[in-house]
Amino acid sequence: MVRKANSRTDLLLEIADDELILGWRNSEWTGIAPFLEEDVAFSSIAQNEIGHARALYELVAQELGTTADQLAFDRRPDDYRCAPLVELRRLEWARTIARHYLYETADAVRIEALKTSSDPGVAGLAAKIDREEIYHRMHAELWIDRLQASDDGRRRLEEAVHELWPYALGVLDDDLRLEWSRRVTARLGFTPDEARPVTRAEHTNELQELWDEMTMVRRGAPAGTSW
Amino acid sequence: MPIFEVFRQERKGQAFQHAGSLSAADSAFAEVYAREQYGRRGESVSLWLVPRVEIHEVDQFLDELERNYHRVDGYPLKAKLKEARERAAILASGKNG
Repeated sequence: MVRKANSRTDLLLEIADDELILGWRNSEWTGIAPFLEEDVAFSSIAQNEIGHARALYELVAQELGTTADQLAFDRRPDDYRCAPLVELRRLEWARTIARHYLYETADAVRIEALKTSSDPGVAGLAAKIDREEIYHRMHAELWIDRLQASDDGRRRLEEAVHELWPYALGVLDDDLRLEWSRRVTARLGFTPDEARPVTRAEHTNELQELWDEMTMVRRGAPAGTSW
Repeated sequence: MPIFEVFRQERKGQAFQHAGSLSAADSAFAEVYAREQYGRRGESVSLWLVPRVEIHEVDQFLDELERNYHRVDGYPLKAKLKEARERAAILASGKNG
């Protein structure tokens, strides 16, 4: 069973960590994406994700009396609440696009739910984030349709989706997952086999490696350094 | 991959100006790429994306007989004006004297 986020802070941290870690992973394509325009677009999407993470961390930081930077960089890898789907290092385009699409669709379902939140701070930020996410979804969906338009593309996409499926199932809680799976299978045109979701409690080694790199400069700086 | 020429409008009512070009599989991808390259910093209020193959280019302008009187710059007046002023000055000094 997926652990249900039991408070506003937990839920916001889950989303912020997802956005930060996926933003980091997507930025690994900068300079080596399949062609220049895609490089610019995908890097920009990665930057937006990190921007969303920052806005979410700031909301949480106000509540916890800390700062966005401390939340993003000063926790231990095990304290992060991101879904393992975003941790995976997959520098292969079909897998990148598959993850991008599976995640963006989950994010859309989650953001829609947050927009109706009774907390005006959360609802307002969700609406703001959603306005940017529209273009992320557009980009992801165009690629999914494009890959499916050729035999080779379809084969690669299906392989990638099957590989990522258990991880993708771990992004949302039970109550939202059904809607996500309905949307995703409708566009993909196939439904992967039932699988046990890889939950947020099961971090991969890839998160540790990413964390080492992501926090290297901050950890190496003398205490009290201001950025 | 097809090439799209991008024109952008900085403010409502202004003329669109050529901003650059990009490669994209189709016009939907071109829109995504153009938004990222020419729209995300608020530098444009509108974009035109034109497939380069749709542009009717005219690039040959023959002027075999040098009919420069067709051109607005066909009559250099500077020298003539200078002569005329000098003539006028001579005439004027003749009258005064």
